[in-house]
Amino acid sequence: MAYNLIGKNFVPVDVTAKVTGRAKYAEDFRADGMVFCKSLTSPIPHAKIRRIDTSAALKMKGVLGILTADDVPQFPPPQPPILAKDEVFYVGEPILAVAAESEEIAAEAIEAIKIDFEQLPHVTDPLESLFPGGPNARSNGNVAGAQINLQTVKWEASDFAAAGDDKLPLGKPAEQWSYGDLDAGFKAAKLIIEESFVSGGLAHHPMETRTAFAHWQGGKCILHGSNQSHTTAVPNIARLIGIKPEDLILVAEFCGGGFGSKIPGYPNMAIAALLSKKINRPVMHRISRIEEYGIGSARPSFQGRVKLGFREDGKILAADLYIVQENGPHIGGGDFRAAGNALSILYQPAAMRWRAVPVLTNTPPVGPQRGPGENQLTPLIEPMMDKAARELGIDRLAIRRINAPESSSKMGADQGPVTSAFMKEALDKGAQMFNWEEKKKRSGQRVGSKVTGIGIGQGYHSAGSNGFDGMVRITPDGKLHVHTGVGNLGTYSHSATARVAAEMLNYSWDNVIIERGDSRRGLPWNSAQAGSLTASTQSRTMYVAALDAKQKLVEIAAQMLGGAAGDYDLGSEKVVSKSDPSKSITYAQAAQKAVELGGKFSGKEAPKDINPITAQGLGMIAGSGLIGVAKDTLPRVGVTPGLTTTFVELQLDVETGKIDILDMLCVADCGTVLHPQGLAHQIRGGNVMGIGLALFERHVYDPKLGLPANTLLYQSKPPTYLDVPAEIGWGAVDKADPQNPVGVKGVGEPVQGSGAAAVTSAISDALGGHLFNRTPVSLDMILNFLSKRPQAHKPLQINTV
Amino acid sequence: MMIKDVMPSFELFQPTQLKDAFALLDRYGKDSWKMAGGYDSLSWFKERAKKPKAVIDLSGIAEMKGVRETADGIEIGALTTLTEIERHPVIRAKFRLLADAAAKVASPQIRNAGTIGGNVSQDARCWYYRSGLPCYRAGGNTCFADTPQGVNREHALFDSDRCVAVSPSDTAPALVALDAKFVIKSAKGERVIGADEFFIGPKIDITRMTSVAHNEILTAIRISNAWAGAHFYFEKVADRNTWDFPLVNVAAAMSVKNGVIENCRIACGGVSAAPRRLTAVEGIVKGKPAGEDIAKLAGQSATRGASPLNYNQFKIPLMANLVTRAVRDARA
Repeated sequence: MAYNLIGKNFVPVDVTAKVTGRAKYAEDFRADGMVFCKSLTSPIPHAKIRRIDTSAALKMKGVLGILTADDVPQFPPPQPPILAKDEVFYVGEPILAVAAESEEIAAEAIEAIKIDFEQLPHVTDPLESLFPGGPNARSNGNVAGAQINLQTVKWEASDFAAAGDDKLPLGKPAEQWSYGDLDAGFKAAKLIIEESFVSGGLAHHPMETRTAFAHWQGGKCILHGSNQSHTTAVPNIARLIGIKPEDLILVAEFCGGGFGSKIPGYPNMAIAALLSKKINRPVMHRISRIEEYGIGSARPSFQGRVKLGFREDGKILAADLYIVQENGPHIGGGDFRAAGNALSILYQPAAMRWRAVPVLTNTPPVGPQRGPGENQLTPLIEPMMDKAARELGIDRLAIRRINAPESSSKMGADQGPVTSAFMKEALDKGAQMFNWEEKKKRSGQRVGSKVTGIGIGQGYHSAGSNGFDGMVRITPDGKLHVHTGVGNLGTYSHSATARVAAEMLNYSWDNVIIERGDSRRGLPWNSAQAGSLTASTQSRTMYVAALDAKQKLVEIAAQMLGGAAGDYDLGSEKVVSKSDPSKSITYAQAAQKAVELGGKFSGKEAPKDINPITAQGLGMIAGSGLIGVAKDTLPRVGVTPGLTTTFVELQLDVETGKIDILDMLCVADCGTVLHPQGLAHQIRGGNVMGIGLALFERHVYDPKLGLPANTLLYQSKPPTYLDVPAEIGWGAVDKADPQNPVGVKGVGEPVQGSGAAAVTSAISDALGGHLFNRTPVSLDMILNFLSKRPQAHKPLQINTV
Repeated sequence: MMIKDVMPSFELFQPTQLKDAFALLDRYGKDSWKMAGGYDSLSWFKERAKKPKAVIDLSGIAEMKGVRETADGIEIGALTTLTEIERHPVIRAKFRLLADAAAKVASPQIRNAGTIGGNVSQDARCWYYRSGLPCYRAGGNTCFADTPQGVNREHALFDSDRCVAVSPSDTAPALVALDAKFVIKSAKGERVIGADEFFIGPKIDITRMTSVAHNEILTAIRISNAWAGAHFYFEKVADRNTWDFPLVNVAAAMSVKNGVIENCRIACGGVSAAPRRLTAVEGIVKGKPAGEDIAKLAGQSATRGASPLNYNQFKIPLMANLVTRAVRDARA
């Protein structure tokens, strides 16, 4: 289908403000009487709080009030608290907050506060906690997660003894599933590869820390936050503050990065809000970089083990995966589950078992980060695929093709369907663009101290949802206002999906206004801007809202010009009679008429099935124009997979361990391309993050002290411009997903995983197939390997790099 | 510490004359702090690990700025920025080693404000020490990095004495190789010392990295023409290609005639608390024909006596390989 807007580039609405510095982030707002607050954070990894003495601090000039756990809503553990109540679980955990006329005074006041801690045993390594008698990260348990109750799990000493030091012990899992006949699969396999592995954690460290600014007006809390999602976060943030969702005005027009750490809001938003309420002054809670490394979330480490059984032609007959997740001290993330699904869909094993246990640790809270679970897994699996290809004498591209998912493929525990999958096409297109046949001949070639490595990586994330609401408005001036509550993570997909509504209504893009970023603008209930959801999910809500608007336009035309609604169609911003094109009304006239008619036309009457948040937003704009508003009830059966593949050529210097990525190219199966520039931008950014995951980013703790080594960007080491190729090539299969009205699927997350996996695959290739079974592959590991020294870390030790 | 990342208040002084700076140092004594480009200083202040009452910002003292040619070489004001050094035509023509080293420090933004004096005087970057822990270097009585579980990937191979922190400077080994002299002034006068005296290890004073006393200021660095136009080699290996401290770096000045390495000075950073001059390697190399054989031998000899910690044994092959690369590069 030929589109006017979909598939074309445009300048997103927020770009100019960002590049000129006019964009206002949470920290840029002010209000009369504004004061500051700072948090007192735990200096020790695990302790009981016996007594807090704030008397000296409260007497200090300029100190306005202190918020403690007693002042804030309480949530059952292991949900993260807003402020630690009786027990602290990691270095950097907020215990109380001090409001003062300046941050300097607040900091001095914090230094005057005395806390009597009773130190408790702490643990930074899940396997230490699972060992009989090992320390627990919480005094009442060591295993917990979403849908997993807080409990104490100790494996048998015999589990550890059976595994030895090099292999992951296979103790009792917290969860498991399987399908197919695993034993038969391994029995029939020509080749079995079994490896234990470690995926290092990495901080989210967005450029904008999670600063929050709050004040209250007429009983409503106005919260300026740094959040990637908008309306979907409102109920949760309201819950954190302890107010009704309708009493929260969330202002979050720009977000300086979140990568999954700012999806439903976060506890420290409530600190600013509740302190503001307590002292009756607007409160700015700026979060520093060090604080961000504490409360800003991290991707969890994995300690894992996988067994893969291959048929002679490379087809995987059986796969057995075990994941131990470093889950931080609270509820943590579902990465361990996503890793199982990723293995299932990306490699299509005929039989598979997945087992996992999320173990609590006295390290900062973990949560979803771009491709949670999937992106830890594929950088470890892809070098194993290379090993299988070598041992079976198959081309490395071919072994991926034979296992790649298609639209008829099934996935996961229940072997459910997917909406579409074109991974073979992505691999073929990538191979052709990268010139795989020529490039692979360079594998292992050495010039001076530099060896060439060629790698292929794959990535997956579920990339679509449904059931949210769309809302558009045509005002009597003829403009189309697209109301979007999805948020602004920085992907520009809030604008790209708005174009679906404009496309359906034959609008010129110049006449479209995007309403977003502030609850007072009337925002519908939309999906989180997370999980690669926006492109697919929002294009659906935009489509149904536009259809509703279209129906109302033709009904109004029929009322004004006679005949039936079916006699009319949409022209260029006017409604035109199908039989007599001279008979038409402009959208402006229709909007004016809608205001006069009221009822459903102007949003005075709301559809029954829309979310209360949408209804509230609708209430703000009802009567101001012709309103299209509807819930997305379009069918969607199965998982909508976003799939990518990345190809890499690199040089590894055997004398320094340094890696130079010469060529990097990524191809996406993301359905119809909605916004080419936006896609390119996601592909480049994701692959750069993948380079960080594969090579540099550090998540280091002293195990004895429970202290973080990386609390500043220079210590944490995200890749710089000089560590990534100047150009990252990109392409797309561009085949429509049949279950999206405009064929779109998301793709923001798998790009990081395929990028990281292509790098680890290429490193293994450069080193003759050596498997490090660990990310990041830091240069010390390469040098130790090349100089035949043992690695510094124990095989399954985490938080060392 | 229960609060970090808020700079404590202090009184800021911005003298324009050295004598005024000395007077301030005298007046405030141990409560004062000398600051040049500010990158090391502000990082300490933000962590609230150092809380001076008076900060003496030296950046307004004109006589400490710029590069001057002297009768037998150059004198570089301690406040000269790393960017100026990287781009200075005389340094590039005669002492390219220093320009190459300066170009590898941190990031362009930091080099624009960071000074050569600050770069050679900067404090250790041991993460335990920078966390504000009461270690030996901080005046306490333990080392947190050198424990059975210590995470010490960036730490020392040589000359550890209670402290295992390393010199994080990229320009320091280049200045060692160039046989630079350090001009240190105080209210009482001036002393000019070599790198071997300027950089100190924990054996001499565990609480500081240089021999500059509290009441003294490093005002300039002099490089004589002895090594002008020699063959130079500088290489830094860090995890990232910018905004990173060296894991190991190497600086070499070599004079080669008729294929023979007649003379050389070689130093490594990132392996001990002071930049490590490789005098034994120099002795092995001198008088030998340049080539792969002597380069290999130099590398192997460079790491003799190294005592690796839990996580830094990779620095042994890295240092050996970097020294090999330096000597391998020797040419007229």
